[in-house]
Amino acid sequence: MDSFVEQLKRGTEEEFTEESVWDGSAVNTTSSSLPAIYLPLLPRNLRHPTTRGRKATEFQETKKACLNYIQDALLQHQWQRAAEFMTNYLETLENTSAEKRMAAPEVIWRIGTEILCHHSKSSIEEFNYFAEQMKNLGVKRYLKVCLEHVFHLLCNGLIDEAYQNLSLAEGWRYGEQTTAQDKELKLIQAYKGLLDYYNWTKKRTAMLELDGNFADSVEQEMHSFFRQAAVNLREIIKIPGVWDPFVKSYVDLLEFYEDYDEVRQVLSEYAYNSKFPPNPNAHVYYYQFLKRQGESKKTLMSVLKILHEIVPSHELMLDICQLQKSKLQILQICFTPRLHSQEGKISDSEEICEETQLCPFESIWCFGFLHASLMFTRCL
Amino acid sequence: MEEEDTRDYSEPCVQCSVVNWGLTDEGRFYCKSCHNVIERTKEVLTSDVVPNTKIQSISRGFRKRKKIDKGWEWYVCEGFQYILKKQAEALQTLGVCPKMKDEILCNFWRLYLQKSRQAYCTTPASYASKALSISDVSTDVETEPERISIHGLSSFSESDGDLQTESSFGHVSSIGKASARETTSVCSGSVDGDSYLLKRKKGNLRMSMPMTLSFCYIALLWLREPVTLSDLLRFVIDGHIPYLNAFQCFPEEMKLYGADLKIFRVESWPVYEDVHNKMSELSAFLDLPCFPAITDSCFLHPNILCIKYLMEANLPDELHNWTCRVVKKINFGEADFLTLDPVNKSARKVKYDVLAVAIIIVVLKLLFILDDQYEWLYANFAGKRNQKNKEGCLWFDFKKWYKVIKKSVDVEQKKLDEERARCLWKCEKPLFYSSKEKSVVLKKRQMVVNLQRQFGTLSGSMQVAEKQSPSSFQLNWAEENTDGNCFHGHILEGILQEKGNSLTTMNTKYWLCSVKLCNEKICGQLTHYKESDFPQSYQFVLNLFSFLLRVPASLIHEEVCLIEHKLFKTKRHRK
Repeated sequence: MDSFVEQLKRGTEEEFTEESVWDGSAVNTTSSSLPAIYLPLLPRNLRHPTTRGRKATEFQETKKACLNYIQDALLQHQWQRAAEFMTNYLETLENTSAEKRMAAPEVIWRIGTEILCHHSKSSIEEFNYFAEQMKNLGVKRYLKVCLEHVFHLLCNGLIDEAYQNLSLAEGWRYGEQTTAQDKELKLIQAYKGLLDYYNWTKKRTAMLELDGNFADSVEQEMHSFFRQAAVNLREIIKIPGVWDPFVKSYVDLLEFYEDYDEVRQVLSEYAYNSKFPPNPNAHVYYYQFLKRQGESKKTLMSVLKILHEIVPSHELMLDICQLQKSKLQILQICFTPRLHSQEGKISDSEEICEETQLCPFESIWCFGFLHASLMFTRCL
Repeated sequence: MEEEDTRDYSEPCVQCSVVNWGLTDEGRFYCKSCHNVIERTKEVLTSDVVPNTKIQSISRGFRKRKKIDKGWEWYVCEGFQYILKKQAEALQTLGVCPKMKDEILCNFWRLYLQKSRQAYCTTPASYASKALSISDVSTDVETEPERISIHGLSSFSESDGDLQTESSFGHVSSIGKASARETTSVCSGSVDGDSYLLKRKKGNLRMSMPMTLSFCYIALLWLREPVTLSDLLRFVIDGHIPYLNAFQCFPEEMKLYGADLKIFRVESWPVYEDVHNKMSELSAFLDLPCFPAITDSCFLHPNILCIKYLMEANLPDELHNWTCRVVKKINFGEADFLTLDPVNKSARKVKYDVLAVAIIIVVLKLLFILDDQYEWLYANFAGKRNQKNKEGCLWFDFKKWYKVIKKSVDVEQKKLDEERARCLWKCEKPLFYSSKEKSVVLKKRQMVVNLQRQFGTLSGSMQVAEKQSPSSFQLNWAEENTDGNCFHGHILEGILQEKGNSLTTMNTKYWLCSVKLCNEKICGQLTHYKESDFPQSYQFVLNLFSFLLRVPASLIHEEVCLIEHKLFKTKRHRK
């Protein structure tokens, strides 16, 4: 039996490197952690980049590592492990670096809510406790935390608690911070208005069931809710944005009290004010309101036409078929190519079809595809 | 406390013209040498403000009611003394000889205080500390410190930010300093906290938290205790020796704030090289004589330390012969080389554990080359042979060893990383820079504690694991284990051959880690370790020992290069 070395001598023919050549003079680094720059003409003292800023202490490095562990655990849905590391990560609130100290509450809030939402042992009380602690952590985030806390409560169906929290948050004042957190405050007021509306609907249904003297007190409460809701909702609708649920609630309130002018004004503002982002629902609401009011076909058609510009495939387009008697006009309206709407007045239906083949098919496709059967039954 | 109150009064006694005041029970000043009682009384804090308080404040020191209760006056070295005491006690519980604390460490500490002129000398830098009496050994009679010394004054007025600028002592320098300090308004709990961090005088060695470990190590080295520096640092990180938040052992009255934080707060673990360098500086500073010799039978001798690391790395016992041979060849086993001699400044300060580990690596390189080829081929050979002959001694199979070690080291490394991430740095005693910060810091602390409690309950039953009892060995390989994971008994057949009287390797090749060593003054180190330049097997072995010792691989690599340079000196010069 051959010895191992003889086998080796037979097997390997190539010579392995004997020495790793390392010329010490070429590599002059004071900080071996960073690679040197090998430019031959560069003076020696410029060859190594220097680190800038304060070196991170091990405390900060371990906290960073801890955060990585938490993130891994969260991604793998290991809530218990995440909670474990969280107990250690919380120390970062006392970090010596002010910069990291400022950034800490946000991170902790996010991670904490995530864990508490999903952990099997956590309950809504735990969440409430956590939210309270986070609110006290810093004034700059107070309203934001309040708002998110309210969302969480709403998602879990705790409407009364959410309402309480909103009322508390609405009354919060803290000097400059109140103006700095203006947006959050407005949102809080808006949601409070929404919940007032919700309470109002409850009172309304209650009132219908009850009768007699109970009905009076309930009615009074109903009215007070209306007043509160109306104020807040009106405020938020003024700001450009997408406020569909608020608008709907507000319209509902106003319609009950028969303030139709206000409704008209609000809805047209919401739909047609160019400052607001384009929102098909706005037009839908306006159209529905006008229909309820029994407006003329002409006004209804004009609203629908504008809606058609935005969403040609909307199901309300079917109403066009009802409103318009002339089939040709229906086709005209429905199949007017958006891009070439200015040029070439279409007179013939065949020409329409030719023309429409050139432009984006979207309008026809969507419309025809989605509502083909309906369209044909109504038109023809 | 009496001294504090009477310190500021420097009028000589009417009768005996000596400035040596004390306080009677009623609070009146009396002269200690002639017992003459004067009218002056200790100032009592009153809430009503007298318009002429300025006059009083000049000589007395305006004592506003401070938001922070000042507590005792204490000096930074007193704080370190407490910490050292705790550390020595911890080492004692770990099994170190009790002589270390009471005789060795204590005396080294006193020597340090004397050399740095903080105590035990005729012209101290500051007043003699009262707390020296706390150490167990009976104290010497302290020399009477001078009441008024320029240095003492300036440190006092510097640290007490509330002191009015005019001081009745008339030292211009201190006035200037005091007025400058007032604007910064950072005070410290200790009397000399601020000045402690200023640029040190030439030749003076400043105390710091890593230095406490240097003290401990020097004491251990003097007694030749079987604790290496890497073991010591490992115990520190594992929490068996107080280091992080060691200031918790201070008594309640010693308030810690302001500049003290920079001295006593720990934000990073001690680094091996740092502590080692400080140790050599310290031994030189203390003018210590040559340490007790490290002989063949001593634990720190490479021959014996190699056994420990061979066992821990699960390598065959036969390798020990080879390590002894290498040690003999390069004369690293001589007591002159190994023993720390502070007098001889040019002598190399030996890192015993790193040296032992480096020797093992050199031996592995001698036998297996570690070039990513030879050892694997040999492993295949040995593996086949082991399969054929089940009885008898097993040949050392590098591949199997690699798999076993890699698996367990990976597991341990992962655990270690998690432990590091889990480490809690803050303690119940919060630290703050100034009274303004105090309320914020306390509130934050309370909040953190609350949240930790909340999430702690969510983490479930596997809370704080039992703190493992400290052990010298991190990896244990039992021979009785039948799954064949223990390689201690394996033999190195197949790669050795008889040559005359002794065994030698069949392999005649060897690769040097570095051809030329760098100049330490220019580069800062002797070698530069770049992983990609070296074979994977070599990196693996380096990383293994780097994990065991908790030192960076580059440190071990440097030691390996040095050994190789000595070992192959003749061969290199021939070239």
